Amino acid sequence: MPVSTESQPLSRRRRRISGLWLALSAVVALYLALVLGMLAATAVHSPPWRVLQSLASREIRHAIGLSLTTSTLSALLSLAVAVPIGYLLARGAFRGKPILDAALDIPIVLPPMVVGLCLLILFQTPLGQFVERVVPFTYTVAGIVLAQFVIAAAFAIRTMRATFDHLSPRPEDVAMTLGCSRARAIWSVTLPAAYRGMLAAAGVAWARSFGEFGPILVFAGATRMKTEVLPTSVWLELSVGNLEAAVAVSVLMVAAAMLVLVGIRLAGERA
Amino acid sequence: MIELRGVQHSVGRFRLDDVSFSVPSGAYGVLMGRTGCGKTTLLEIICGLRSLEAGSVFIAGRDVTDEPPGRRGVGYVPQDGALFPTFSVREQIAFALRLRRWSARDIQARVTELAEPLGLVDLLHRRPLGLSGGECQRVALARALAARPAVLLLDEPLSALDDETREQTGLLLKTTQRQQGVTALHVTHSAHEARQLADILLRLDRGHVFEP
Repeated sequence: MPVSTESQPLSRRRRRISGLWLALSAVVALYLALVLGMLAATAVHSPPWRVLQSLASREIRHAIGLSLTTSTLSALLSLAVAVPIGYLLARGAFRGKPILDAALDIPIVLPPMVVGLCLLILFQTPLGQFVERVVPFTYTVAGIVLAQFVIAAAFAIRTMRATFDHLSPRPEDVAMTLGCSRARAIWSVTLPAAYRGMLAAAGVAWARSFGEFGPILVFAGATRMKTEVLPTSVWLELSVGNLEAAVAVSVLMVAAAMLVLVGIRLAGERA
Repeated sequence: MIELRGVQHSVGRFRLDDVSFSVPSGAYGVLMGRTGCGKTTLLEIICGLRSLEAGSVFIAGRDVTDEPPGRRGVGYVPQDGALFPTFSVREQIAFALRLRRWSARDIQARVTELAEPLGLVDLLHRRPLGLSGGECQRVALARALAARPAVLLLDEPLSALDDETREQTGLLLKTTQRQQGVTALHVTHSAHEARQLADILLRLDRGHVFEP
């Protein structure tokens, strides 16, 4: 039976497209299997009673409290800095903008340990020593927040810049013709429209801060009941061979990160 | 009345040079010109969103060249409507009135006064997402007119609408402008719109405004 010449290229095209989708799906499935596989393996490694027992220790409970407090503080500070900087980068046209843009990415590309070392050295300079006399940062809780903030803010700035890039400046212009100053137009019109972006930026900053380890270890130390946050706990427990406790803390961190992720998504949906 | 005297403005290679024209009080002026010839820039200059290199802008007989946008007495309807994304239709219309500290009763009365003729009564609780192009333009028009500006500036308000809606909205624009007693300047590239609406026809070409 003769085959329609028109149908052949179409069916071949269809096969090619589905082949491509198949390949893409395979890549997604492989990557997701790796991520979910490692999480599942960690989750089932220890029986639940053992996890709870580890989490009941005084040191770990202190670390949980400290991690939650410092990450929340860093996320709020990061957002406070990211909103104006993101707005400036998205709306401002000025000489040197590409340089500023690149400079703000420095904390993202620097190795985390190096960030901690740089902070340590900064606070040895005369200016750093002066600040240290007013508010001690080195090997203190304030130092944990600062170390988290330096990196988290860079991620929050990126998120806020993308948010403002996607919002048209026109409604703000109209608000000004209706009687607002520029600042009031931003406050009344642009910021409410950027609400989801702000939630996302705070979420990213919180997650980065919650998982931060290197800079905190170098700049704030790893003193139990003082500057020990949860990533430090994992490291301390592993270094003394207590795998059970390390796993317990890891499971807790995964759960907290998931909760924040879901919470932000839900809040974003409602907005 | 809208009057521009010797207005100069340049951005990069684009230049408006010695632009002078006037639209008398209560008239519907239409400014025609090709896409990209600076029509929007000219409206933004009248709004006060762009600063001048030289020249003056008069609105209702008052020199507003150094006044901020909010004190010029203009209502501005940008091309895409530019509605406030998180505001309901009612809040958009009431925005300028709340800034002027009108009482809740007066705001309600003014919102109803504008919403009825513009067919927005059933949309007052809606947010911009999901409104049609014509509905967005009508909301933007009501919002611009709420505080009774002396001048209404319309940037290609009909260009994104389908033929039928364009015709109806065009008529609605003209009727509303007459009812509100506002001086209008409407920019467009469409000769049909200009014929349908203009009391005064102006043409912007190569940085100059002519009366054809």
